[in-house]
Amino acid sequence: MSQKFDIDSIAKLARVSLKPDEKVKLAGDLEKILGYIDELSKLDTKNVEPTSHVLPIENVFRDDVVKPSKVRDEVLDHAPKREGSFFKVPKIIGE
Amino acid sequence: MDYFKLTVREISEAVQKNPAEGSSVLKSLASRAEAVDPKVKAYLKIQKDFPDSEKSAKGPLAGVPISIKDNICTQGWETTCASKILAGFIPPYDATVVRKLKEAGAVIFGKCNMDEFAFGSSTESSAYQKTANPYDLSRVPGGSSGGSAAAVAADEAICSLGSDTGGSIRQPASFCNVVGLKPTYGRVSRYGLIAFGSSLDQIGPITKTVEDAAILLNVLAGHDPLDSTSANVPVPDYTKSLTNNVKGLRIGLPKEYFAKGLSPEVEKAIRNAVKTYQDLGATIHDVTLPHTPYAVAVYYVVAVAEASSNLGRFDGVRYGARVEQSNLLDMYLETRNQGFGAEAKRRILLGTFVLSAGYYEAYYLKGLKVRTLIKNDFEEAFKKVDVILGPTAPEPAFKIGEKSSDPLSMYLSDIYTIPANLAGVPAMSLPAGFSGNDLPIGMQLTAKPFDEETIFRAAGAFQMVTDFHKRKPQLG
Repeated sequence: MSQKFDIDSIAKLARVSLKPDEKVKLAGDLEKILGYIDELSKLDTKNVEPTSHVLPIENVFRDDVVKPSKVRDEVLDHAPKREGSFFKVPKIIGE
Repeated sequence: MDYFKLTVREISEAVQKNPAEGSSVLKSLASRAEAVDPKVKAYLKIQKDFPDSEKSAKGPLAGVPISIKDNICTQGWETTCASKILAGFIPPYDATVVRKLKEAGAVIFGKCNMDEFAFGSSTESSAYQKTANPYDLSRVPGGSSGGSAAAVAADEAICSLGSDTGGSIRQPASFCNVVGLKPTYGRVSRYGLIAFGSSLDQIGPITKTVEDAAILLNVLAGHDPLDSTSANVPVPDYTKSLTNNVKGLRIGLPKEYFAKGLSPEVEKAIRNAVKTYQDLGATIHDVTLPHTPYAVAVYYVVAVAEASSNLGRFDGVRYGARVEQSNLLDMYLETRNQGFGAEAKRRILLGTFVLSAGYYEAYYLKGLKVRTLIKNDFEEAFKKVDVILGPTAPEPAFKIGEKSSDPLSMYLSDIYTIPANLAGVPAMSLPAGFSGNDLPIGMQLTAKPFDEETIFRAAGAFQMVTDFHKRKPQLG
């Protein structure tokens, strides 16, 4: 499971820009942690089912009932920027 | 009267008898926090204006002040996860646990410091301040619920809530000589807990005594329609398990928890606890949890994958901080660059990597499969015993700065606590001794899913015949 850890492409996927000095440190840390995680490859798990969740709960449904709610303004109140009843973001087109 | 020294039970009894005592309790606790928090730095915020105390004179927690980890939403109170990216976030609602506490008569006293987004084992990764261990101010309180544990230990909280994804309630409880319970996954609603690892996270109480933990769990536990992963399982009265009788209780000692890496002082304290249980009539059995050595590796696949996904929502659009840029993508990149600290970035990047195309099967899927093996280990062990006993952490509290430059050594301090989260089983840390230099040592009791009662039975009996939990730090 050895690989070249491409910090730039991962940072891009994660939508984090990194300063040059922190990039070197983080890449080193992550190589080391992945080296430790590679221990898992020693175990034979061919016939083992994965556990993504420990409780035997599946598809929890509820009735789709409309209820009054006043949270819109409270939610928009602590947005970094709003306009009317919308979140406001910088322009998207032209990136 | 020094109300701040009292327990949950003592305060609720006093306030139910005489509601006017509620405000005396709050005043006493506020002046205690004013005196010791400049040293301990457990709080990010302390309540100044308390609601009418008469209102909270009823219920099982009548007049009881409780301090809340800062990743649990409190309506109208800033909730930051100790991160800059959530600075200024004021939740428009209470977490279910906070609502339940208020309905039971409790008063929210303060918000506690933590590792940023609960990423850490020392509370050093908080973006705001480092919390000190009340027993030795040059040492960490543990983490990530370090503020919640230190506040209770320093008598500047009567009780608190923490959250536990890989040991974040139990490890700080062990470092600070208090009781910390991680309930069964699904036992307590996670609604309003800002998510870290959604398949692992649980909220639980941190208290001065085992009895107080039972009183709090009575209020916290139960199904919540607002959390689809909360379990619809009846809630017993946990205080009824405090029978002080462990005759015939089968206690298992996992040999993997007494292996290389365990400090001899911690081992000695745990062996003494075993002896105490034998004297009380419990029977001791060797058990094996053979996949324990892989638990940390599994955790740093599963937990970081879930974290990277959960933290995708912090993008400068809907809440918290934004770093303005001329276009949307740059705004995301810069907001997340400046908003997240080093450990948060490390985990987001690692989680993104293990989920990325080409690596998903080798890392994430492999991790989930080994998680099954770890869960099976517990199922096998619980065929032979009722409860598993071991150390909570390999060593007592370490020095501030000692592990902060080496993430892997920090991660390994959770080796005994992580398996319970991966398996979803309940586990408690409680005071079990002191090291030669007077640092607390905690022991961990683990039981079957939804069998917190057996933990309370075993822990309550131990606390009845020991005094470790009564030994307070010297804070002047």
